[in-house]
Amino acid sequence: MAFENLTERLSKAMKNLTGRGRVSEEDLRATMREIRLALLEADVNYGTVKKFVANVREKASGADILEGLNPAQQIVKIVNDELTATMGEEAVPLNKSPKIPTIIMMAGLQGAGKTTTVAKLAYKLKQEQHARPLLIAADVYRPAAIDQLEILGRDLEIPVFQIGTDVDPREIVRQGLAQGIANKNDYIFIDTAGRLQIDEELMQELKDIANIAQPNEILLTVDAMTGQNAAETAKGFSEALDLTGVVLTKLDGDTRGGAALSIRDVTGKPIKFIGQGEKPTDLDVFYPERMASRILGMGDVLTLIEKAQRDFDEEAQAKQLEKMRQNTFDFNDFVAQLKQVQSMGPMEDLLKMIPGMANNPALANVNIDAKQFSHLEAIVSSMTPAEREDPDLINPSRRRRLAAGAGRPIVEVNRMIKQFDQMRKMMNQATNGNFGGMDKMMGGAGLDMSAMMGGGGMPSGNFGQKVQNFAIKQAARRLQKAKKKRGKK
Amino acid sequence: MGLFDIFRKKKTEEIDEAVESTDELVSEQENSDEPSDEIEVANQSSDETQTTTPEYVSENQEITAEVEEQQIYDKGLEKSRTGFSARFNKFLANFRSVDEDFFEDLEETLVGADVGFDMAIKISDELREEVKLENAKRKEDVRDVIIKKLVDLYEADGVNEDGTMHFNLQGTTVILLVGVNGVGKTTTIGKLATKYQQQGKSVLLAAADTFRAGATKQLQEWGKRAGVPVVSGKEKADPASVVFEAVTKARDENYDVLFVDTAGRLQNNVNLMQELEKMKRIIKREIPSAPHEVLLVLDATTGQNALQQAKLFKDSSDVTGIVLTKMDGTAKGGMVFAIRNEMHLPVKWVGFGEKASDLREFKSEEFIYGLFKDLIA
Repeated sequence: MAFENLTERLSKAMKNLTGRGRVSEEDLRATMREIRLALLEADVNYGTVKKFVANVREKASGADILEGLNPAQQIVKIVNDELTATMGEEAVPLNKSPKIPTIIMMAGLQGAGKTTTVAKLAYKLKQEQHARPLLIAADVYRPAAIDQLEILGRDLEIPVFQIGTDVDPREIVRQGLAQGIANKNDYIFIDTAGRLQIDEELMQELKDIANIAQPNEILLTVDAMTGQNAAETAKGFSEALDLTGVVLTKLDGDTRGGAALSIRDVTGKPIKFIGQGEKPTDLDVFYPERMASRILGMGDVLTLIEKAQRDFDEEAQAKQLEKMRQNTFDFNDFVAQLKQVQSMGPMEDLLKMIPGMANNPALANVNIDAKQFSHLEAIVSSMTPAEREDPDLINPSRRRRLAAGAGRPIVEVNRMIKQFDQMRKMMNQATNGNFGGMDKMMGGAGLDMSAMMGGGGMPSGNFGQKVQNFAIKQAARRLQKAKKKRGKK
Repeated sequence: MGLFDIFRKKKTEEIDEAVESTDELVSEQENSDEPSDEIEVANQSSDETQTTTPEYVSENQEITAEVEEQQIYDKGLEKSRTGFSARFNKFLANFRSVDEDFFEDLEETLVGADVGFDMAIKISDELREEVKLENAKRKEDVRDVIIKKLVDLYEADGVNEDGTMHFNLQGTTVILLVGVNGVGKTTTIGKLATKYQQQGKSVLLAAADTFRAGATKQLQEWGKRAGVPVVSGKEKADPASVVFEAVTKARDENYDVLFVDTAGRLQNNVNLMQELEKMKRIIKREIPSAPHEVLLVLDATTGQNALQQAKLFKDSSDVTGIVLTKMDGTAKGGMVFAIRNEMHLPVKWVGFGEKASDLREFKSEEFIYGLFKDLIA
């Protein structure tokens, strides 16, 4: 996941400080050097790094007057605040025109992900606001760029305006806008061709398009893997165009994501969205404070909860919750939950949003195999309807049959049934307000963890909140313990 | 500074002679021994890539072509170079005496040029020693030490690397292109196909990017421009099936070169990396010596993540070389140092623009010279 390496390095930098009663000038300097290197290694623009470190140093040296927090905590807090500030404090929503249509124009280098972003953003608006967007295909240069947008439009059921590649992009935009206005589309997206910010001719074209369309939003698309050149690119585009925001793409890679930190600083423009996956739904609003805690390895529970809420079917959840309470949670529900959890994305990524997990050494090399889920599913599929509804029916002979049917070793079947039982018990206790059993579940690692996630399922509503609060507290306690241990060494 | 003297001499000679008759050029080259060595080397390498036996005339044409190539490099790297050396000059202009701040600034400058973190630390550490040893205090001395160090490091890393393309001597050569999303894989294939088609080879393209919308059409468009057939499958089909069809077709119909275009994938996506392995397995099963080249396409604007990309792609598909694209932008090119230093993968091609002819064979000496030219003038 993005930022991992930055997270690792930053926490290493600050580890030296934990467990100290007071922080000497020497310690502070060493930590600052580490932070500086960590940021530089993450491709953060060097000007930004300089500013960042100077700010942290200044705040840190003025901070020793404050009592209460221990010095290390104070520095973590200062770094966290500074990260948030560098990325722009608060999430900035999409500009909207007072009367329709809202016109959104894209700009960026080749291969940054403009076309994909247009499709994702239009789809997001369509899903969340029932918007009726129109996409204008104004990339006449790259072979088949128009086809790409058309196919995406067809798949997502969003209309695309195109008149081939033999027409000047300015004319395409003119006609597209006319059509959008005539059809009363509420959002009009202009997908432009990728270009270098030093290509005067093409930059002029972009300026002309902006003049014609008078967009409410000009979004610069930046590849999160960009190196120091990100500043140069952003500067070039923001000088030519009146940018209103930035979309950071390909954040699902293992980039250290320095661009996220530099862009705001260099352009003064907010990052509005981040692209983190190949699916049309993989576009999220950018929250600086959440990103800051993710970078520092402090987890991002808010996003996790939101993800859970977005991807979970509330009605199904309510039913399951009821079933848990009545202790009739069966294998059918189990599979349903598995599927829901899977739909939230890779398990490793979800786990890392839990506070303290990102840097948990136990999880360092965990690569939770998506196949494990399919295996579990296969075992359940091998059950008869009666067995699914009444798990107690399953005796050793039936287990052997299940193993053969699913093509998995019998130990796996046994393990799964055992976990299922534990889960059921725990859920029953939890819904009845007794958290005693949870402790044991939290202790496990590996499959236990995924079963926990699958089982916990983070249902919406009150119960979900409780489980979450508990998990957070638990994780925090663990983190403290681990820190103490490390401090002793 | 011997290296740069050679380059400077070679450069002026070549530009002077370029317009004159080729015979004179050759005799001139013979007089100065070092440049002619280089041209011989260059000729040898191009001999390997071309199956026709070179004659005297064609040799001379190649030399002229070489001159043009240098000019294209110069032009293409104009932006990168101004970035790189402007940075160094600015940095050296500000510099007063050698102290700790100086080295901190140096580290930052090198990282700023995307040279790579470890590389920057390595250089600054070695420079610390060097400056102490040589007792260099003056600006010029320090500058010379820095450039020398960079060239030394670069050359040491380049030893034993093979920057030429490998071909199957009997039968079809299979060339697989891999990389993350949006680096220019399809465009690079289009350019390479045009190039080899013009050399008289029969070329086949496989559109194994069945995932991205419009990717197949994009390749077909390039195929049409180059006059080269394209094997494609249905949308969202298993890419391995397209690969299978293309490989068997190329083998049975005796195509000289088969290019396989794959979907962009982020290197940390385990499933997609396995898909890549599967494609490679299928190619190998049909033509045991294939793939003869696995080229990793890297965007020159990528930062330190490029190393990660190279590492993981190398692990999963045994990358044999790198194509560096989008070098006509303002990217600093320092990445090349990092790539050579940490992965020992040769850069085989460099993309300087959108046209088919903008893809050039990588010449490390010219590349380095292009970056530092202003610095030593």
